[in-house]
Amino acid sequence: MLEINGLRVSVAGTEILRGIDLSVRTGEVHAIMGPNGSGKSTLAQVLAGHPAYTVTAGSATYDGKDLLALKPEERAREGVFLAFQYPVEIRGITNSYFLRSAVNAVRKHRGQEELDPMDFLQVLEAKLKAIGWDDTLMNRPVNEGFSGGEKKRNEILQLAVLEPRLALLDETDSGLDIDALKTVANAVNKLRAPDRSFVIVTHYQRLLNFITPDVVHVLADGRIVKSGGPELAHELEAKGYDWLRTGAMVS
Amino acid sequence: MVAVEKLVQTYRAFAANGASGAPAWLRELRDGAIARFDALGFPTTKQEAWRFTSVAAITETEFTLAHPASRIPHLDVIKPFLLGDGPRLVFVNGFLARSLSTPLLDGVRLDGLAQTLVDAPDLVHRHLGKYAAFADRPFAALNTAFVHDGAFVHVPARTVFEQPIQLLFLAVPTGTPLVCHPRNLIVVEREARASVVETYVALDEGVYWTNAVTEVVAGDGARVDCYRVQRESDRAFHVAVTDVHQGRDSIANVHAVSFGAALARHDLRGTLAGPGGYLILNGLYALTGDQHADHHTAIDHAAPHCESHEYFNGVLDDRSRGVFNGRIIVRPGAQKTDSKQTNNNLLLSRDAHADSQPQLEIYADDVKCTHGSTVGPLDPKALFYLESRGIGEVEARRLMTYGFASEILNRMDIAPLREQLDKIVRARLAE
Repeated sequence: MLEINGLRVSVAGTEILRGIDLSVRTGEVHAIMGPNGSGKSTLAQVLAGHPAYTVTAGSATYDGKDLLALKPEERAREGVFLAFQYPVEIRGITNSYFLRSAVNAVRKHRGQEELDPMDFLQVLEAKLKAIGWDDTLMNRPVNEGFSGGEKKRNEILQLAVLEPRLALLDETDSGLDIDALKTVANAVNKLRAPDRSFVIVTHYQRLLNFITPDVVHVLADGRIVKSGGPELAHELEAKGYDWLRTGAMVS
Repeated sequence: MVAVEKLVQTYRAFAANGASGAPAWLRELRDGAIARFDALGFPTTKQEAWRFTSVAAITETEFTLAHPASRIPHLDVIKPFLLGDGPRLVFVNGFLARSLSTPLLDGVRLDGLAQTLVDAPDLVHRHLGKYAAFADRPFAALNTAFVHDGAFVHVPARTVFEQPIQLLFLAVPTGTPLVCHPRNLIVVEREARASVVETYVALDEGVYWTNAVTEVVAGDGARVDCYRVQRESDRAFHVAVTDVHQGRDSIANVHAVSFGAALARHDLRGTLAGPGGYLILNGLYALTGDQHADHHTAIDHAAPHCESHEYFNGVLDDRSRGVFNGRIIVRPGAQKTDSKQTNNNLLLSRDAHADSQPQLEIYADDVKCTHGSTVGPLDPKALFYLESRGIGEVEARRLMTYGFASEILNRMDIAPLREQLDKIVRARLAE
């Protein structure tokens, strides 16, 4: 589903990703771990089309399409979703209005009829029920005055409603207490599906106690320095990142 | 100054003719007001309160004092501006059009000021000119000199009037630039409740000048909701003063929306005169082309234990300019004051401009006062957030701008009014 080859990315003249190779097959869950500043979040944001980053070399193919040639909104309509590390406030727009606009943008792209507020409410209620949440956040302006946990929960709700094929989770666990973490992880687990892939960027192993990945990658200094099964996450928890980082420098 | 002399002359003719039958107290009020205007003259940009707003265009235009129109528009023409079947007063160039109005005379009194001066002069005397001070406000002085017609609303003590009362001011250009001085007095007595919607609209794109003053009184324990919508012609001048005077434990929700006029200036003051008062000032100015709108607000915490919240948003496109000055005064002894002010300005074009000036004057020590203001374009982070959800750039910008305006409109309680304003905002965004 996602093929990344030799991807190099700079921001304001500084190279952050220095040749990333990554292959994610349909239905797989990949975790990308690494120390602060390794480029994990950059990778997630580049794949979503953040305008601050410049791709200097390499390619990213999504479902056979050149992902990097698409505008951010086109990627979203094609089924790419980024759960933000720092979700943004949209003043004066309620969460439900925002979600309906997003859903309808995707539906329009697929040649489906747009949903009116009543139809959308039904879809929303079904999704909320599926992930075991209520609708308390729906009539408040997007992310405005939300707690850290509410913001992250709201990202996962958007994931549920927009039904992407490739979901990128950027440090969704950061700033969450253990209860909030479990809530979010449970919802993600319910959203795992045979035709949906996940790339989960995280600094800590603890999220992976609740979401079991198929593959774990370690990113250090802008490169993937090690890949393995779920057991790699536990090894990292025990040993930290330094042993890999040194290895990367030597090679 | 030529313009001032002309207005004084016009006043003499007005006082000698149409206004000569007025009671002595009113003649005195008018005479004092014109003398004050003569002394003050028109403000200049050298004065602090007028630094960003030049009224030269007003002084350079020759205006004729409006008189009752010979032709009254048909009801169908004004239907789009009405908010359902509630009671209303309709004014044409500042004069009550009785055939379009539905006055109330039983309990709640809703009538033209001119008529009420005949029917219940004492009631008017008790309040008129008591709140809109004009010693340092030339336009309020001028309005007071020419005080004649406008809306009079009186809600007796302990009367809860649920239906919104609508005051509709129509500008019907007659070929020569007209000036009118509507004067409104809204009195909601103790423990009473009412909501009033004051709307200024143009039926034609003409040059004219509206110089309005509205005095609002909320008695002890009263609640008054005031809505003000300014949709004058794009070539018009609109100068207005609103003074809200609040008694003990009263609530005032004051909303002001400004869409129209080439040049608009609104001085909005709320005075919390008794303890336990609660005041909301909620305003939006959305400007395009070369429009200029200046809002000078003042919240006067004159008593302890009062709370005020002020929210003003500006959406500025093309070459428009928005000015906001928000003054909060906490008088000595007004302890436990809780006052919050925000002014956010969205610049949709490089040539749009906003000036935002908070002004806190605090003379008590046990108070909470906060203010914040922003001026800038749409947040690129929010733009990317929306795009990453599949919403295209043009639509994302539209949505964010709409949200910025909606934030203010969503605080309004009258659904048909909210919908009316929502439509205007949407239509502007679709352009």
